[in-house]
Amino acid sequence: MKKLRFIEEKIFRIIMPLATSLILLSLVLIIYTIVTKGMASLSWSMITETPKGGFYMGKEGGVLNAIIGSILLACGAVLIAVIISIPIVLYMNVYQRGNTKMMNLVRLCFDVLWGIPSIVYGAFGFTIMLYFGMKTSLLAGIITVSLFILPVIIRTMDEVFKTVPKELLDASYSLGATKFETAFKVVIRYGFSGLMTAILIAFGRGIGDAASVLFTAGYSDSIPTSLNEPVATLPLAIFFQLGTPIPEVKGRAYASALILTIFIMVISIISRYITKRFNRYK
Amino acid sequence: METKSKVSYYRVNKNRYAKNGMMVLTILACSLIVLIVVGLTIRSAPILFSRPLSELLFSTEWKPFKGQFGFAPFIVGTFAVTGVAVVIAVPLCLLTAIYLSEYASSRVTRFVNPFIDVLSGIPSIIFGVWGILLVVPFISKYIAPLFNVSSNGYTVLAGGLVLSIMIFPIIINVLLEVFKTVPNEMKDASLSLGATKWQTVKKVLLKRALPGVIAAFVLGLSRAFGETMAVLMVTGNVSKLPKSLMDPTYTLPSLIANNYGEMLSIPMYDSALLLASLILLMIILFFNIISRIILVKIERNYQ
Repeated sequence: MKKLRFIEEKIFRIIMPLATSLILLSLVLIIYTIVTKGMASLSWSMITETPKGGFYMGKEGGVLNAIIGSILLACGAVLIAVIISIPIVLYMNVYQRGNTKMMNLVRLCFDVLWGIPSIVYGAFGFTIMLYFGMKTSLLAGIITVSLFILPVIIRTMDEVFKTVPKELLDASYSLGATKFETAFKVVIRYGFSGLMTAILIAFGRGIGDAASVLFTAGYSDSIPTSLNEPVATLPLAIFFQLGTPIPEVKGRAYASALILTIFIMVISIISRYITKRFNRYK
Repeated sequence: METKSKVSYYRVNKNRYAKNGMMVLTILACSLIVLIVVGLTIRSAPILFSRPLSELLFSTEWKPFKGQFGFAPFIVGTFAVTGVAVVIAVPLCLLTAIYLSEYASSRVTRFVNPFIDVLSGIPSIIFGVWGILLVVPFISKYIAPLFNVSSNGYTVLAGGLVLSIMIFPIIINVLLEVFKTVPNEMKDASLSLGATKWQTVKKVLLKRALPGVIAAFVLGLSRAFGETMAVLMVTGNVSKLPKSLMDPTYTLPSLIANNYGEMLSIPMYDSALLLASLILLMIILFFNIISRIILVKIERNYQ
């Protein structure tokens, strides 16, 4: 009996690291597969040219339209979402700081919103679009994605702004500052790293999501020149190119997947760096 | 003197207006949930009123051209794929989270954490591409022959496998948060009575954190339920009730995503697809709200 529990301990000490390595291995496998498959078809023209005639039959061109489209879409959406979310987060953590019950409810709301899948945001964006008589366009895509990343930005920022020490607020109030001034001049500086991380995470979400823009952004082979034009995005470019039976086009899909993965990796590295750098001063 | 007081009124007023404005903004943002539900309900009303709800939910006939819309294959398909994902994820995530929170040295956790972060940031479509390149051929070449069936690999199992990896990060992160709320004194008490570490984990940590553990998995489940692109790419999309793991299937999100192009040309089709997203949303809200409420309660007791 005594021995049994020590054997059990030993067994679990072995299988726990195994489970952890299995999870790490899955990530390594994903990246390895995408990199090896993508490198084979990645070329300079992939990232510098828009699709030429017969692109989807395996002829010349690249996915510059989708790269630019994705960046425009994600930037626009992040901009809108940040403008909306900064006042909300400051309101939650400065004005309503003591009101824990209410704020728990508000946080619950945003957590639930975060959990709503992007395809539902896509369908909702589509109904808004029809309601206002809009066409599939960059603007409709930006609006949908901004709704979809709003809870992400709010909750990520909130986690940092929650930690603002009460003493800091009191010091500001005691100097005669109003809550408004405290919020926008003191608290926002304290939580700057949180703001940056939130922006980067949301940007990553926006650039990588396909389901929300499927209905709303349309697809186009050229780079959009106005907000009312349809726009291509990288995830959809990957999806459509994979749908064809032609090997060259499929190869380009893998290369596009590699480009998207590189984007995500770079974003992830920058956000790690920012968190580290700003935490140094705390 | 006079100008001074004017200035301070200006500051106080600005503060007051800002407060009200920010409050309205917060309320508006929170009510987005209601707005989405209402918006989707209005758009799916035509089909809801033209057919009995039982027919829509339980019929397996999906023939938009004949006006037959039975969502059963898609609802069952979504649950099947999600179920497989959760069954794979439960043991792996539980063991990993226990390892990271109780056993691993801080060097190991510092090494593992970035991996989990990166995994959580990878877009759905990349998982899909990976699924097509690796998981689908693997299933058709190695797993299907094991069961003596021939399959092209686009199956419930493929969808479940890919999904399980996608929900690892959220489950592990929530589990780690939950484990943090179990007081160290409790574990120490158990250890000092001569229990082994694993006994302590079993009898103290898991017992105490059980509601949180369940919440973590329900949260993972609801995340998996709405995942679109990756599942769309690897499950084969056949609108029949799947009978085994080796059958192809069609999920609710895939249904919506796959048919957006033609939905305005067939009568009732757009309404049906928006009803699909409403059903999806309702199921997810149900799971999500339950698990979030459990987690909020745990957090409150901890503080």
